[in-house]
Formats: sequence, structure tokens, C-alpha cells
Amino acid sequence: MKRELEIYIHIPFCAKKCDYCDFLSFPASEEIRERYVDALVKDIRRPDGCIPDLGEAREAAGREKSVVRTIFLGGGTPSLLRERQMERILDAVRQAFDVDEEAEITMEANPGTLDAGKLQACREMGINRLSMGLQSVSDGELKMLGRIHTYRDFLENYEEARRAGFDNINIDLMSALPGQTAKSWREGLEQAAALEPEHISAYSLMIEEHTPFYKRYGQDRLLLERGETPQYLPDEEEERQMYAITRECLAQAGYHRYEISNYAKEGRECRHNEGYWKRTNYLGFGLGASSLLGSCRFRQTEKLKAYLQTGGQPEEVTILSREDEMAETMFLGLRRMEGVSEGEFAGRFCVSMEEVYREPLGEMLQAGLLKKENGYIRLTGKGIDVSNYVMAQFLL
Amino acid sequence: MAEFEQSSIRNFCIIAHIDHGKSTLADRIIEKTGTLTSREMSDQVLDNMDLERERGITIKAQTVRNIYKARDGKEYVFNLIDTPGHVDFNYEVSRSLAACEGAVLVVDAAQGIEAQTLANVYLALDHDLEILPVINKIDLPSAEPGRVIEEIEDVIGIEAQDAPQISAKNGTNIEAVLEAIVEKIPAPDGDPDAPLKALIFDSVYDSYKGVIIFCRVKDGRVRRGTKIKMMATGASEEVVEVGYFGAGQFIPCEELSAGMVGYITASLKNVKETRVGDTITDKDRPCEEPLPGYKKVQSMVFCGMYPADGAKYPDLRDALEKLQLNDASLRFEPETSAALGFGFRCGFLGLLHLEVIQERLEREYNLDLVTTAPSVVYKVYKTSGEVIELTNPTNMPDPSEIDHMEEPIVNAEIMVTKEFIGSIMDLCQERRGTYISMEYIEENRALLKYELPLNEIIYDFFDALKSRSRGYASFDYDIKGYQPSQLVKLDILINKEEVDALSFIVFEGTAYERARKMCEKLKEEIPRQLFEIPIQAAVGSKIIARETVKALRKDVLAKCYGGDITRKKKLLEKQKEGKKRMRQVGNVEIPQKAFMAVLKLDDD
Repeated sequence: MKRELEIYIHIPFCAKKCDYCDFLSFPASEEIRERYVDALVKDIRRPDGCIPDLGEAREAAGREKSVVRTIFLGGGTPSLLRERQMERILDAVRQAFDVDEEAEITMEANPGTLDAGKLQACREMGINRLSMGLQSVSDGELKMLGRIHTYRDFLENYEEARRAGFDNINIDLMSALPGQTAKSWREGLEQAAALEPEHISAYSLMIEEHTPFYKRYGQDRLLLERGETPQYLPDEEEERQMYAITRECLAQAGYHRYEISNYAKEGRECRHNEGYWKRTNYLGFGLGASSLLGSCRFRQTEKLKAYLQTGGQPEEVTILSREDEMAETMFLGLRRMEGVSEGEFAGRFCVSMEEVYREPLGEMLQAGLLKKENGYIRLTGKGIDVSNYVMAQFLL
Repeated sequence: MAEFEQSSIRNFCIIAHIDHGKSTLADRIIEKTGTLTSREMSDQVLDNMDLERERGITIKAQTVRNIYKARDGKEYVFNLIDTPGHVDFNYEVSRSLAACEGAVLVVDAAQGIEAQTLANVYLALDHDLEILPVINKIDLPSAEPGRVIEEIEDVIGIEAQDAPQISAKNGTNIEAVLEAIVEKIPAPDGDPDAPLKALIFDSVYDSYKGVIIFCRVKDGRVRRGTKIKMMATGASEEVVEVGYFGAGQFIPCEELSAGMVGYITASLKNVKETRVGDTITDKDRPCEEPLPGYKKVQSMVFCGMYPADGAKYPDLRDALEKLQLNDASLRFEPETSAALGFGFRCGFLGLLHLEVIQERLEREYNLDLVTTAPSVVYKVYKTSGEVIELTNPTNMPDPSEIDHMEEPIVNAEIMVTKEFIGSIMDLCQERRGTYISMEYIEENRALLKYELPLNEIIYDFFDALKSRSRGYASFDYDIKGYQPSQLVKLDILINKEEVDALSFIVFEGTAYERARKMCEKLKEEIPRQLFEIPIQAAVGSKIIARETVKALRKDVLAKCYGGDITRKKKLLEKQKEGKKRMRQVGNVEIPQKAFMAVLKLDDD
């Protein structure tokens, strides 16, 4: 039987960088974008191109032995590309890999970079899932975030997408924004849910270093870390309230939480992202894209010039020890509400979870941060709130 | 090797305020006298400990012998005895000075005389040294050699018109210094045929040779086979080797005789037997009395040192033992803390000495340490008539058993420009200083004299002084003695549990203020945990200050996808690493650096 493989393709371009964003993304000229697609296609086509000759990496990515179950075009703003460019990328993947007919093929898209024609073309080239960066239904908040679109722009694109035949759409929303209240968050959430997307990702805003938001709210972040009252951002209590509201409100609308920040209608979980938390093999193409192949993690160069000229080099190559893999299984698995299966753990590592993690398991179960149900270890509500603390206990 | 007449020997040291260019001048002298080629010179040859280089100060005295061919055509032996440049090591400085006939006084042409300059000059004058002033850094645009020469004459009262004006950095005019050394610094005298009398001014431990004694022969002679005796410690051994100091190496010779500076090895196992200031004599033909000035070194500052990992206790003991081989002023004895487990109470000459040892333990021995707040030695007079020398606050007897207590007091000299006199006087008042005098040493600068309790200056006095004078004040002190004082023990309770390692002794009048600041500081240092943590400060059973570390409410990463995993893992690792660096007290985790929090009570 063929092994499952996921493919991630990074498109680092944006019309304009948002004020909170610390991803590898930036605006670029039409010419650079074209050259980037050239490089990307070449990268996808060269067998073992950027895969380190280490551990089981190359074998795990072996093209004859793998079947691609998901493809994810992430960014940046992949929807900024021209139809022709998208097509070249997907064609390259299909030529180089055995892509399952049922594969989930997602593209991230931002309102303001879409139109009916492009959506139609995307659908026709086999993209069957759209992840739309809405972030907020309030134009005031969108402006404050540095987004280039209004809520109306989004609605138009959303309807166009439906008309183009997209029946699997995610909407991204952000909570804990400056000036946001539990009440305004609930209203926005209800409004978005009323559109009945298949999936909603609801993220709590993180203030990242090296962003304009860090300059504005870095002090607030510090206050929050110390448990004190911030000046602009909602305080911890309100932020947790928003988090609770999200679950409750979306549950009423027919969505279940399946990961810390992800909600879906039955059977509409994002298969690609689930692979990250379940440690499925994935191969990344494009600037800064990460891969996990067997016990090998690495990432493509983050330097655009090098990527365009030479196709880049694997960097930060790490061979994971058995302990690393156990720790990852735990801290990634715990992000999923289903939790980590004791049986699968034992099956993979030939040792029981109980034996490896007796002390942290005991402690965390005792503290009510974890619970054990039907052979799964999962976070409790209280455990989610302090999940970093819980997860850190499982490092070896 | 050509033997040298006493008349062609010059034994001298270089004294200066910190940063006035002592080490640079020493380098130039070594360079110009040709014992080293320019190629061999790494910067600042004399300072060879990393820490010394980083801080620009000399901690352990170093000595070099050079040959200088003077303008008169004769060759001279220069024994340059380097001295430690910090007040913690005053006694060591005084012993190094006692090995010399002269001192080259380096004064910065821009900054002029500073507190340490004066302190060192007084020490040198105490030893009847010929003082040879040198004006350094004349290459600076702000140099005012004329003004500084006048200052030297006015303040110190020595002739300075002919003082060489040099730039040690650029190598300008170094020749003039060398010639002045030949002309002005007297040759040693002393009777080579009298019974042996030699001053120990330093010693180091070498794993092959055992203890290597640095000494100055005052009278008599010593050679291989001489049976020597240390007059204070009584230790006695047969000499294995004598020699002098090349740059960075020991060069054996036949004999050291009156006037010479060199080293002796005698298969001694421990530097404790060769105390700085002690007199070496010939066991079979002893001199009548030892050289004056010997003191047994007193530890002034104590703190607890604990391995972060309890299993490393034997490693810490080994490391301390090794350091003590080279440093007779380091004291330690085992102690136990409820919070920190097994460790050592260590005694130091002062705070710098403490920091040096701490850093060496961490760097050279790879030990991760938890250090408790330093404490001075208090005298506790009990009602029973017993007197305790208290080096660990935890051991303070119950107040009902105490008649009274005494604390060490220092004479402090602070040199400061006019505009900052007010703020420095305020600082001294806050630190319970007693004003003694103030004199203007020039129009714009004054010398302030205060008596200050040592426990008020061991932590951060120097930093406070610098910040309140924008770096312009300089400071020196020596121990005056003990004085009765109203002292109380401040205990810290974390989550209602007393943490012994955080207790400290404080003047009763400032107890509230200190308690409040201590609680605030600990609140900053202790990370939030799953439950709320009260931090309280108490004197006896009375709580006098309180803060609360709020419970951790939220610690969650909203996003974690394929590209975030490595970064996320690092974050968790940091969190876990942080936990490792914590001490579990009751059910609370306290970071190691919180135990030093008391040191930072005055950063405002």
C-alpha cells in the first residue's frame, strides 16, 4: 500500500502586509511573482531536490511509493497569482506525484484578490476547498488590522465562490482584537456563522515581534503575560470569555471544535491540517516551506534571491530522536480535541504512554488539566487555557 | 645568566584609578624593554583571566621581570609587580606595594585624580614608596595635562612638573617613563649576608610544582635546598626551585638574594600555608622578627552557594577546593537550606571577589549555581554573654536571646564634582551614612568622607553612586570596625511558607521599605503558576508587606501548523528549561535568580 503524503506550497506574496502579520510574506512585482512560479515548478519537478539525504527522508518522500492525499496552497496570498500560474503549479504537482483523485486541495484566498472568473478557473483546475481570510465582519476592525478589504468585498467573493461551485469553504476570524468586547465578538461570530461556511478557524490575536502591532501593543502583551490589565487589548478574563463564547455559539450553529482554534461541520475538518497534528508526512515547496519526512524535519530557504537563483537548500535539518517524536506526538496530538490515542502511541513506539509519561500524566490528570476517556488522553477546558504549560511537561 | 648588582634593580608597581591605563602602560613597558616582541603581545599581557579582560581590572597580582638598556648604557632589571585594582583586595595591594621601592602613579589627563588614585597613593606613601607620577591619555582631545599636574601637586603634595606625559595606548613617550624609573626609583638595599627575610606577596598553585610563592627578598638569600619557614603559619619545607618571572613563564635561576623579586617552590601542597604578607625565613638561621604588616585575611561578605542540580554538590565542593588552592582568601563550609538543599556558605573579601568566584565556578567548572543574597558578618551579643559571628541570616538567634548586635562600618571616601555633591550626600544619608568631612580638592571637585555600614554598600552602592553622578563619582573604602546597630531579620514567606534562603538582615528603620520592595521584586521574578501565590515579608511573626502573584489564566498558542512546529517546540523547551531552573518550595516554583532579588531593591 502506498504511503500518505501531504503537499504544502508556499506563496509568499501579498498585496500588502497586514499590521499583525509575522508570516514570511511581502508584496512583490509581477515579474518576481512569475520568476517565483518558475522556480517553484522547477523545485517540484526535481526529484529529491531539496530533500536532505538523511534518515528516511528521501524514502518517505519516494514518489512511486506515496500517494498525495492533500495539497495546500498557503501564504501570503496564493489567490494573488494569475490563473495560469496556479495551473502551472498544480500541473507540476500532478506530473511529479501520484495525487489521489479524492485529494483535498485547499487554497488560501483573501478578499480583494478574487473575482468570479478566477474562482471559476480555480474550481476547474481541481481546487476544491477555499480558506478565506475574513478576520472580522467589522470594517473598523478590518482597517485597524491593516486589511485591504471591507466586509462587503468579502461577501461578494464568498457568493462568487459558492456560485463557482466551492462547497467546502473555511472562514478565518480573529478574536481578542483591540477594542473588541465579548459582545461584539459574539455578534460577529453569529454573522459569519449565518453564512454557513463548512469550517471556521477562530484565532485569538497574538502580538508577534517585528510587526507594527508589536510596536503598538507590545507593552500590552507584557502586561498580559504578567496577569495585569492591558491598555488596549481585552484582558485575560475577557479573552477567555471570548474563547468560551466561540465554542458555545458555533456549537449552536452546528460546528464542533476539533482543534484548539478550529471548528467544522460534521466531516468537514481540514484534512491537511489534521495531518500536521497527527504527524503525517508532508513535503513543503516554496520559500520557507517546512517538511516532515519520517523522522526528518527541515525547511526550504527563506531567502528569495537564493530560491529564485538556485532553487534553494534545505535548512534547519533535524533528525528527530525517538524521544522527540514521542514529545511531538503528545504536544501536537493534544491540540486536537479528540486527544492522543494510547493505543496508537503504544503501537508506534512499542512502549505505553503510561510508562513514558507516568509523572506528567499523573500530575496533569490530578490537576484536572487532562482527562482520559476511551483510551484517549485529551485536554480539559481548563487544560486548553494553559495548554503550553501542559504540553511542556511532555517534552523529554 | 648575568648576575645583577642591587644597584641595577628597580622594583616597582603601577597604581591608578580604574580605566586610567595601568594595564596598557604595563604592556608598553614590557614591549619597550624587549622581553617580548610585538608579535607576541596579545593585548594587555598582564591580565590573563578572561574575567579580568572583560572588566578591565586586575584581580590577581602578576609580576614580570624585564631587562632595560638605559640611556646611560647600563642594563637594569625591572621587576614590575602588578597590583589588583579593586578595594576588595586592598590588603593584597598593600603587600604588593611592600615588595617595591617605588610606584608609577598613572593619572588620566582628562579625568585627573579619582578616589582610587588617592587611596592607592596613600597606601604607597604608607610604605615609603617613591611615587613617580605619569600623565596618561594625552592623546585625548579633552586632555588637560597642565591642570592634572597642578592637581597632583595640590592634592597629593608631590612634585609633578617633570611627570612624563604619555599615551600608553599610542606608545607615546614611554621611554621617558622608563628613564624616570631608572633615575627616580631607588635601588633596593638589604643585606644579602643577613638571615633570610622575604615577603610573600602572592602565591599560585601549579599541579606539577605545587604552591609557587611570589616573594621579595629583603635580606639574605635563598636557593635550592634552603630549608625555609613561614613565620606566621609555621609551615616549613625545603626549597626545590627558585627563579624569576618571564612574561607568562617561570624561569629558574641559581639564587634569589636581597633586593630581588622572584618565586620559590618547595613542594607545598596548599596556598593556605603561604599567606600573603607572611615572612619567609631560613629555618636553620632564622631572622629575629618578621616583616611588619601581616594580617590574616578576613572574609567580609558571605553568601550561600548551592548547585542548581542537587546531584552536583560534590562537583561544587571539588571546584571550591580547587579555587581555594589559588585563593587563600576564599572560605567555605557546608550548610543546608530547607529551600535549596545542600550547599556551602562561602566567605569573600568583598562583592567583586564573590562575583569573580561565582563566574569562575560557572564558566570554568560548568556549574549552574543558586547564590543567596550576600550578607556581611554581624556580631550578635547574646544575653547569655555569648558572642556569635553571624554569617548566615538563618542562624540569627531568637530576638529574646539577643542583648544587642553590631555591624561592620567602613570609612568611605567619595570624590565627586560639585554639581552632584547634593545627590551623593542624599545617597549616603539614605544608606545610613555618618558625615565626617568634605574638602574641595580643586575648585570643582570635592572629597566627601562618610562612615557607612558595610551592609549598605555591598550590594549596589557603586551602581547607585554612578547613576546619581552620571558616572563622575569615584569611591574607595576601608573597614573601620564594628558598631552597635538596631538590626532585625526579615523573613520571606511564599505561599505561606518561609523560605530560609531569602531571609536577610536589615536595619530596623528601613525594614518596611525593604520588605515592600523585596515583595515587589519577587512578584516580578516569580512566574505565574496555576494558583495564586501570596508573597509576604515578616519580622518575627508580624507580616509587614505583601504582594500576590496572580494565577496563570491563559497560556495557549492559537496557531500551530506545519511551519510552526519547530518554533513551537523551542518555545515549549524554553518553558521546560525555565522550570528546570526553578526551585520547588512547597508547591511553588521559584526561579533561581529570585534568590538574588534582594540585590536589586534599589533599581528604580
